[in-house]
Amino acid sequence: MSEKVLMKGNEALAEAAIMAGCKHYFGYPITPQTEVAAYMAKKMPKVGGVFLQAESEVSAINMVIGVAATGKRAMTSSSSPGISLKSEGISYLAGCELPALIVNVQRGGPGLGGIQPSQSDYYQATKGGGHGDYKLIVLAPNSVQEMVDLTFKGFDLAEKYRMPAMLLCDGTMGQMMEPVLLNQGEIKTYDKSWATTGTGNHEGRNVVNSLSLNPEELEVWNHRRYDRYKIAQENDVMYEEYLMDDAEICIVAFGIASRVSKNAINQARAKGIKVGMIRPITLWPFPEKVLKKASEKCKAFISVELNMGQMIDDVRLAIECSKPVYLCNRTGGMIMSPEEVLASIIKANGGNE
Amino acid sequence: MEVFKKTNGLTDAPFHYCPGCTHGIIHRLVAEVLEELGVLDRSIAIASVGCSVFSYNYFNCDAIQAAHGRAPAVATGAKRSMPDNIVFTYQGDGDLAAIGTAETVHAAARNENITVIFVNNAIYGMTGGQMAPTSLPNQVTQTSPYGRDVTLVGYPIKVSEMLSQVEGATYIERVAVDNVKNIKNAKKAIKKAFQNQIDKKGFSLIEVLSTCPTNWGKSPKDSLLWLEENMKKNYPLGVFKDRTKGDE
Repeated sequence: MSEKVLMKGNEALAEAAIMAGCKHYFGYPITPQTEVAAYMAKKMPKVGGVFLQAESEVSAINMVIGVAATGKRAMTSSSSPGISLKSEGISYLAGCELPALIVNVQRGGPGLGGIQPSQSDYYQATKGGGHGDYKLIVLAPNSVQEMVDLTFKGFDLAEKYRMPAMLLCDGTMGQMMEPVLLNQGEIKTYDKSWATTGTGNHEGRNVVNSLSLNPEELEVWNHRRYDRYKIAQENDVMYEEYLMDDAEICIVAFGIASRVSKNAINQARAKGIKVGMIRPITLWPFPEKVLKKASEKCKAFISVELNMGQMIDDVRLAIECSKPVYLCNRTGGMIMSPEEVLASIIKANGGNE
Repeated sequence: MEVFKKTNGLTDAPFHYCPGCTHGIIHRLVAEVLEELGVLDRSIAIASVGCSVFSYNYFNCDAIQAAHGRAPAVATGAKRSMPDNIVFTYQGDGDLAAIGTAETVHAAARNENITVIFVNNAIYGMTGGQMAPTSLPNQVTQTSPYGRDVTLVGYPIKVSEMLSQVEGATYIERVAVDNVKNIKNAKKAIKKAFQNQIDKKGFSLIEVLSTCPTNWGKSPKDSLLWLEENMKKNYPLGVFKDRTKGDE
């Protein structure tokens, strides 16, 4: 498949996962990501893979753990309330140093919330979610093509660093249709000598475990993991810059909010306001360095988010609070209009149009 | 002349179990069965949370340590990924019959081709003797200090009886390890449960009535008597489901 095909975001990511070598998917129905499970149910048996509808999100993530421990690519997908349930398992994946891909097609929260697009799981995804010292690779697509690209990337980075990765989408990304190029060429393979495949398949015994009652040992394990996180922070930060060369105002936005922002930036530029955007593609590792550098010449920042203001904390930290950071947000499943973003740009420009 | 020796199914790591606890016997039975069936080098043990958490140190095969109650789900993933490997869980009553009830029932309903060793000693051991889903009526524990009041906290869950009603399950048997005859029967049951998996017959669960002298506050000998006199009345031994009948 080297030609572009028109696909829905949720289905495109499912197909990309299969093409990336994921033959084990475990799901549980929840809006707005159920198309992923439906696509997998139809497709997996045809490619000799496993689709299983688990009895709960909790079981689904633990089935992922079982597959990941044997060294194979596994995936589960859900939406916000379901990700809360999976958070125990995600913590275990991190503690056991297992790679896997978790997809969160976010909806409004907290609690049962709503089913419309949201980005209110930013904290949950980037700051932990589950218990303990750990991080996830967090990838935020803003197009159906990126749903595909970042699915491949998610599996790759998860295996490279032996840590779980999360595709943090929103309902819009999951539901919209766009032409996509699916083929991503060769899949890189990583050492899996740690996998529990039976002692007949490797030297000695392999044990996948996150428990140590010896605090000195557990501290060493945590440092070992964070050493790898550091390498990821140095080598695998992804972002896109839009009209940042002469920008005096910098918008920071991801996912659907970045697309609305782009529209607003174009309108502001037509008015002569020098505004640009830094779009984090990896929410963790967060593009701190490029934001810090932008703070040297930008007079203000605007964090555009579909939540009550979560990423804004990381923007402030990245620029060390050296410039004002405005928040342009909608929540509960509402999406801001380009005009609302434009109004924030004008405000950040000192009220000058 | 054959000399008694330790089974190769166990590592050399010393058990952390309390003196008189029957986990050691059950570990040994499972390990002997894996060795006798010649599947040690393709076995994957799923350790649970509770006293048996460290079973990953003892079974001489690969192992995955699962979260509390989740062992059957982890086993499902491992088995679906490696259908020719032998995947088994080793779980206590708190793990399997309280927090992991859903995982247990649904693994049975799917007839997952795994083996579950369910150790029922009617108490939470690792955390220091709290009431378990399988604690007997009026049983005194740390969290039922006046005895298990069934009008307030309900009745014990009879896992083997319950799973016998699950259509998908292949083999369900309850055994005990309180005397030599029962230990021999227990081994036979465990062997059948693993043979079922080798023969791809599906979900087998062996419930093993076990003792907890430390948290029962009894000597090892009195614990065996208590098992005999009290646990067996509530949890009768026997085969509760066998869909392999007539296969031989």
